[in-house]
Amino acid sequence: MNKKTKAISFSSAVLMAAFLWNAQSHAAEMGDNQAPLMVADISAANTFNLNLKKPKSRNLPPAEDGIHDPENEATHSLQHPLDAYKGLPPSDNGNYVDWVKAIDEGKLRPRWDRFDPNAEPFVMDLDIVRPVKASVPDVVFPHRQHTEWLYCSNCHPAIFVPQRLANQISMSAILLGQKCGVCHGKVSFPVETKTCRKCHSKPKPADWEPPLSEATLKNPWK
Amino acid sequence: MSSKIKRNVLKSMIIGVLAYMGALGVPQPAQAEYADIVINNYADAAGMRPAVFPHWFHRIRFRCKVCHTDLGFAFKAGGNKITMAKIIDGKFCGACHNGEISWSVENCAMCHSGIPGQPTHFHGSTVQRLIAPAYKPLQTKDTTK
Ligand code: HEC
Ligand code: HEC
Ligand code: HEC
Ligand code: HEC
Ligand code: HEC
Ligand code: HEC
Repeated sequence: MNKKTKAISFSSAVLMAAFLWNAQSHAAEMGDNQAPLMVADISAANTFNLNLKKPKSRNLPPAEDGIHDPENEATHSLQHPLDAYKGLPPSDNGNYVDWVKAIDEGKLRPRWDRFDPNAEPFVMDLDIVRPVKASVPDVVFPHRQHTEWLYCSNCHPAIFVPQRLANQISMSAILLGQKCGVCHGKVSFPVETKTCRKCHSKPKPADWEPPLSEATLKNPWK
Repeated sequence: MSSKIKRNVLKSMIIGVLAYMGALGVPQPAQAEYADIVINNYADAAGMRPAVFPHWFHRIRFRCKVCHTDLGFAFKAGGNKITMAKIIDGKFCGACHNGEISWSVENCAMCHSGIPGQPTHFHGSTVQRLIAPAYKPLQTKDTTK
């Protein structure tokens, strides 16, 4: 927080308190000679952005991140994420690092075998297109980016049967941490507005219209 | 009248200051790095701080396959029931934190660095950010699952 925003939030706190106080004492005055006006208790219920949670800062050092104990001396020996991310391509979600690009551009070469630094991953370049009934672009599942990091048995057969369109996938399953959501939303990029198009990447044909729901088709008043 | 206003203004200012200080004192939610895991099945009960596993730090050095295929870590925070006995037998974290691939197990506090009392959890997951549980579609005839 810089000085200016501090000053602004300070004065707005003062103003708000003054306003509440005046409203209260005013109501008390009125109560002396006539029935009190109902002053709805709105102060807490009607805040703007009631449910919006926004992280104020990102990539904090371990000692300030709220899960590491700053009283543990070793906490201060742990690495600051921003030191580790220097030179890696940025992104606007998750760790704020584009892990796929980092490998593609050769900026990062994580080991595929814990002993052998020269072992190469078994990369398979096969895209699976999953048509989506909704108006969002169709989903393209790229094997290439996945097999850079993972082995076939990480997904097959426990998470996905290895057969095109044999798996039922939906957004609610993903948001509950199943299917793609086993990893996305936890370690690989999260599921949020900024990332919809990473999975939903194949545009619908220009003449595509969303299918009408049965209730609309049968609507007697249309 | 004017003295009353003055008093009111004074009162308001005091409250304003208090409100401002109160807002600063409110505990801030955790802002740990995406994909950090706190593992605390047993640590608290044995008087150790919970273990914290940083995915970001390890994925810079290893692909997911190393841990999740070769070393058999299941995709479930807390689901592998890691204990020190398994670690010194060279399983789980002990496959690397053995003084050969990485520093060895006597650096207790490097791993046991979590704030005591935290449950096992995955930091920053989409599920945690949902305000209400995800929408479940109406049950269709499909019974493939
Ligand atoms: C990140 C998870 C993941 C990994 C890792 C993965 N796959 Fe897949 N695979 C999928 C998904 C998702 C599908 C599509 C299934 C569907 O459409 O229902 C698929 C489909 C397939 C198919 C069916 C293709 C077709 O045309 O029917 C084959 C074969 C396959 N995978 C082989 C592999 C092999 C071999 C590897 C390792 C090199 C591998 N997969 C790694 C997720 C994965
Ligand atoms: C086993 C874990 C796992 C599963 C399951 C999984 N992914 Fe991924 N996915 C990854 C990882 C790891 C990456 C690398 C990028 C990262 O970590 O953010 C990735 C990257 C991607 C990318 C590439 C983004 C880019 O920048 O090129 C797409 C697209 C994607 N996943 C879609 C899907 C879809 C769709 C599904 C479900 C059908 C799925 N993934 C299931 C682990 C997974
Ligand atoms: C990790 C990849 C991934 C991300 C990120 C993602 N989706 Fe999806 N989405 C899918 C898959 C896979 C399906 C299922 C497609 C199918 O029917 O085969 C799907 C289906 C859908 C559907 C169709 C209804 C349903 O539940 O099947 C909608 C609408 C949708 N997504 C919207 C979104 C929006 C909005 C976002 C951004 C918040 C988003 N998706 C982010 C993978 C993703
Ligand atoms: C490489 C990381 C790592 C190091 C180093 C480490 N631990 Fe652990 N330890 C863990 C993990 C992970 C768990 C599982 C935590 C849980 O589920 O509660 C654990 C669990 C424990 C537990 C409770 C479970 C049990 O086995 O009884 C104790 C006690 C413990 N550690 C003590 C120690 C001591 C003492 C040292 C130093 C000699 C040490 N640890 C070093 C990672 C580590
Ligand atoms: C150095 C080892 C290591 C590497 C590398 C690693 N992980 Fe993990 N992963 C773990 C450990 C440890 C856990 C927690 C297991 C436990 O608590 O029992 C875990 C848990 C998970 C989970 C479980 C989340 C849940 O639902 O609770 C997912 C998903 C996951 N990892 C995905 C990945 C992906 C994707 C990558 C590659 C980008 C990766 N991991 C790389 C060690 C690793
Ligand atoms: C595949 C090998 C591997 C596995 C498995 C592994 N680690 Fe590590 N870990 C490393 C390496 C390599 C380093 C870096 C060592 C160095 O800096 O000298 C490291 C460093 C760390 C650090 C220090 C990070 C920092 O900021 O400096 C922590 C904490 C840690 N590991 C915890 C764990 C825990 C907890 C587990 C088990 C749940 C685990 N590791 C499993 C290889 C591994």
